[in-house]
Amino acid sequence: MAETKTVKFIITRQDTPDSNPYEEEFEVPYRPNMNVISALMEIRRNPVNNKGQQTAPVTWDMNCLEEVCGACSMVINGKPRQACSALVDKLEQPIRLAPMKTFPVVRDLQIDRSKMFDSLKKVKAWIPIDGTYDLGPGPRMPETKRQWAYELSKCMTCGVCLEACPNVNSKTNFMGPFVFNQVRLFNAHPTGAMNKAERLNAFMEDGGLTGCGNSQNCVQACPKGIPITTSIAAVNRDATLQSFKNFFGSDRA
Amino acid sequence: MAGNREFFNRRLHSLLGVVPIGLFLLVHLTVNHQATGGAESFNRAANFMESLPFLHVLEILLIFLPLLYHAIYGLYIAFTGTVNTGKFGYFRNWMYLLQRITGVITLIFVAWHVWETRIAMMFGTPLNYQMMEDILSSPFMIGFYLVGIISAIFHFSNGLWSFMVSWGITLSPRSQVISTYVTMIIFVVLSIVGIQTVFAFI
Repeated sequence: MAETKTVKFIITRQDTPDSNPYEEEFEVPYRPNMNVISALMEIRRNPVNNKGQQTAPVTWDMNCLEEVCGACSMVINGKPRQACSALVDKLEQPIRLAPMKTFPVVRDLQIDRSKMFDSLKKVKAWIPIDGTYDLGPGPRMPETKRQWAYELSKCMTCGVCLEACPNVNSKTNFMGPFVFNQVRLFNAHPTGAMNKAERLNAFMEDGGLTGCGNSQNCVQACPKGIPITTSIAAVNRDATLQSFKNFFGSDRA
Repeated sequence: MAGNREFFNRRLHSLLGVVPIGLFLLVHLTVNHQATGGAESFNRAANFMESLPFLHVLEILLIFLPLLYHAIYGLYIAFTGTVNTGKFGYFRNWMYLLQRITGVITLIFVAWHVWETRIAMMFGTPLNYQMMEDILSSPFMIGFYLVGIISAIFHFSNGLWSFMVSWGITLSPRSQVISTYVTMIIFVVLSIVGIQTVFAFI
């Protein structure tokens, strides 16, 4: 039994939203099939750094633990990804953990992704079906289209594409790559298509679709393999047509 | 739609880069390439361009103003982006970075080039083969011109690629790969044209 085997972590920590970040090293006992979350839990159970000093347990966010909620996104060995699906056996050591700096840091590895949800509200990324009376069943969606849309619907608002995007930063108000995909998803839905122009016009406002610089990092970084750059070009095409309609007018409802 | 000025500005920037600036670049490279046929042939081509009707109107409306807009708004775009090729060293991210670097180099080059040729011509230096031969008489200027011309051509070629994405012409990954090849072939071909022209004056 290799009882002495340990895993070394270098964690970028930050005590408050405004304080300066610092690094702290930890060594946790190795267990087979461990992921980054279980290592963080081990640190929480025994918050002692590798100098043997008692320290505050590391804070992080998590929820589903199966890479569908997006809450535990952090920068692991330089790459933004989910901590739950980051297996220790597949990572180079020491494992470096840092918060996704594109977002406001709440504490340690915990970040505030509110701006993503605000962006979704801005572009009306939902399907309005509420009314004062029963509207009955909506239009049917062909099965092939449903399967295609399912791929787009895998977005979990994890923020990895924003972390990878060179145009999402404090100098711009670009909402980020994921919005293209959500606009395309809801515009493709037979009921959602009824509000297509509204969504496009909202997304054509400042901070919207023109913020994309085509570096295409988002599609490479997306943990769910969503064809974000295809969505970008598709929404760009729709926005081109929408802008012509806005300018010249259209007799199509 | 109160706040879609950014949309208009950015799309205008994208359009002007291809029409008229990109088209002008093609005409300019073609005309100058006549230098490979000797001084006589270059002067004939240059004189033809100078004899175009409404020359000043064409120059201002089709070259100067679009170029100025594209350059100023382009600088804004370039400096509101960040460099993250160290963390994300993907091909398209490098192209994103190169597009911005070559844009800035092209701006410096074009400013100097216009000063030396068009502005100098305004002050009385005749624009002919002799002028370019004098400009390219130092090794530094040859290097400067080669870097400037290749930057401009790269910026145009790769700009064509992103133009097609930004306007929603190339959608699928495959179409974007094909347009990468096509625009890079355009880059190589035009670079040969540009380099041949520079060496025709030496």
